[in-house]
Amino acid sequence: MSNKSVFFNPFSKNNPVIVQILGICSVLAVTAKLEPALVMGLSVITVLAFSNVIISLIRNTIPTNIRIIVQLVVVAGLVVIVSQLLEAYAYDVSKQLSVFIGLIITNCILMGRLEAFAMANRPWPSFLDGVGNGIGYAIILVIVGFFRELLGSGTLLGFQVVPECAYEAGYVNNGLMILPPMALIVVACIIWVHRSYNKDLQE
Amino acid sequence: MAKLRKYLDRIKPNFEPGGKLHAFHSVFDGFETFLYTPRTTSALSGTVHIHDSIDSKRTMITVVMALLPCFIFGMYNTGYQHWLALGATEFPFWELMLYGFLTILPRVFVAYLVGLGIEFAFAQAKKEEIQEGFLVTGLLVPMICPAEIPLWMLALAVAFAVVFAKEAFGGTGYNVLNVALVTRAFLFFAYPVQMSGDKVYVASGAPFGFGTPLPDAFSCATPLGQIATQSGPELVLTGVDGRVIDTWQAFLGLIPGSFGETSTLCVLIGAVILLGTGMASWRIILSVFAGGLFTGWIANEFASQVYPGSYLNPLEQLFLGGFAFAAVFMASDPVTAARTTTGKYIYGFMVGVMAVLIRTYNTGYPEGAMLAVLFMNCFAPLIDYCVVHTNMNRRTRRLTSKASRS
Repeated sequence: MSNKSVFFNPFSKNNPVIVQILGICSVLAVTAKLEPALVMGLSVITVLAFSNVIISLIRNTIPTNIRIIVQLVVVAGLVVIVSQLLEAYAYDVSKQLSVFIGLIITNCILMGRLEAFAMANRPWPSFLDGVGNGIGYAIILVIVGFFRELLGSGTLLGFQVVPECAYEAGYVNNGLMILPPMALIVVACIIWVHRSYNKDLQE
Repeated sequence: MAKLRKYLDRIKPNFEPGGKLHAFHSVFDGFETFLYTPRTTSALSGTVHIHDSIDSKRTMITVVMALLPCFIFGMYNTGYQHWLALGATEFPFWELMLYGFLTILPRVFVAYLVGLGIEFAFAQAKKEEIQEGFLVTGLLVPMICPAEIPLWMLALAVAFAVVFAKEAFGGTGYNVLNVALVTRAFLFFAYPVQMSGDKVYVASGAPFGFGTPLPDAFSCATPLGQIATQSGPELVLTGVDGRVIDTWQAFLGLIPGSFGETSTLCVLIGAVILLGTGMASWRIILSVFAGGLFTGWIANEFASQVYPGSYLNPLEQLFLGGFAFAAVFMASDPVTAARTTTGKYIYGFMVGVMAVLIRTYNTGYPEGAMLAVLFMNCFAPLIDYCVVHTNMNRRTRRLTSKASRS
């Protein structure tokens, strides 16, 4: 695989969320508003890129028997750094994301990429793969967060978007959009649209 | 009738392949088979099949007939509650009916327009025949909502339910959840202010300029709504005019509530029609009532102030809210209910148990019938699976024990 396809494939054809169906729980949990979704996406991109590079660098020295433990230690270390940074510079958002930054450790996308790619490839492609998959994840998070915040709260990034006159005319925010089930349905809609454009992905 | 047949035959060529209006052939086909039972049988079978005239369209119409008593009573009751709220002492029958009719008419219209529109579009896109599963759903939806639910909300909820609860699963006959109840659940969770509380269950407007609108400050909760918010040890349910609601009134249905579900009497008339024509399973309906009575009795035995709903006697549990309506028209939906005979008893009983359990012990939800049916819809396939496999295991055991004996 060329570096280019390593980077761009996870955006659409091999998207971790809507094609591999990984990392769904954080999509449900952090997308009620757009801002936490963005921050979560950035955090996952960072952690995924650097853990991929680190694991790729030491891939030949890791004993096969304990590779999962080593991977977890690397990811955990990076997650702690990201979590500390967020607490220092974006305290409100880190409050909203609560345990979900910590739970990046358990995000299936990370373990999946480390096992499937970083363990068998050189650092530079691994870095691209990490960033690409992170962006693929973040795109979905942002789309879901966009619709859920727009329809559920009438705001985007905290700014009022739905005009006051709409509310006076009888428009009401959709309370169901704030609840986690709707995240699943929005993801389902994205998959629906995506599969109808990519016929080769249809089962 | 012969004229209608002739007319259909005359315009039919337009809709066949190559005809001018071929794009609308599924719409034509839908109407033709709706008006006349199709004469053709499965092409594969040749001449061995006989066509029963009770196909899905005839079935749907029978259920609509069974719903009519509730619907007509709903029109009267909507007007009656409105007149009560105005403080009237005389209740002119036809004016009450007209008021209720004008209030509900746009809701029925919108529900059918949106639901059938989506169904027709999907049938056309998938090149399938139109299955009029929505014929019943479209009438059920306005009946289980407050009479004055805003039209755009209704349209959105119907569209959501038809697309995600039905078409995504493959259309009529393949849905896991009851479509009408998904519509209601969507409205309930998306727009709680318009679907619950003490402002919505008495029609207050003047539809098409008819009648007198109520003042904004007017409020009256449904009996179950009053139970959910009350705190004292004495359970007193009051109607719109402040008078106490007795069991007889609750049975007749002259209480505030969703449009079509208040009258247990009319629901029972509907049940007689459904059971008499063999459209619904008496096993399910009976066991829902049994489950409700049982749980109501248990709750009443251990009545406590913490859960005011437990002061209701078991019969009142059945008469209030949407319990009877859900039992007869929702739980017995053959598509979403359990299909094995034993499974039907288990399924129905659990619906009854859950409905009373939720409304009594979860103070967040005054009424549990909708959630109970949806919940058990999810479990119906599992119940069937267990029943079938228990039976298979029993028969295997019988076979092996026979074999070992001989």
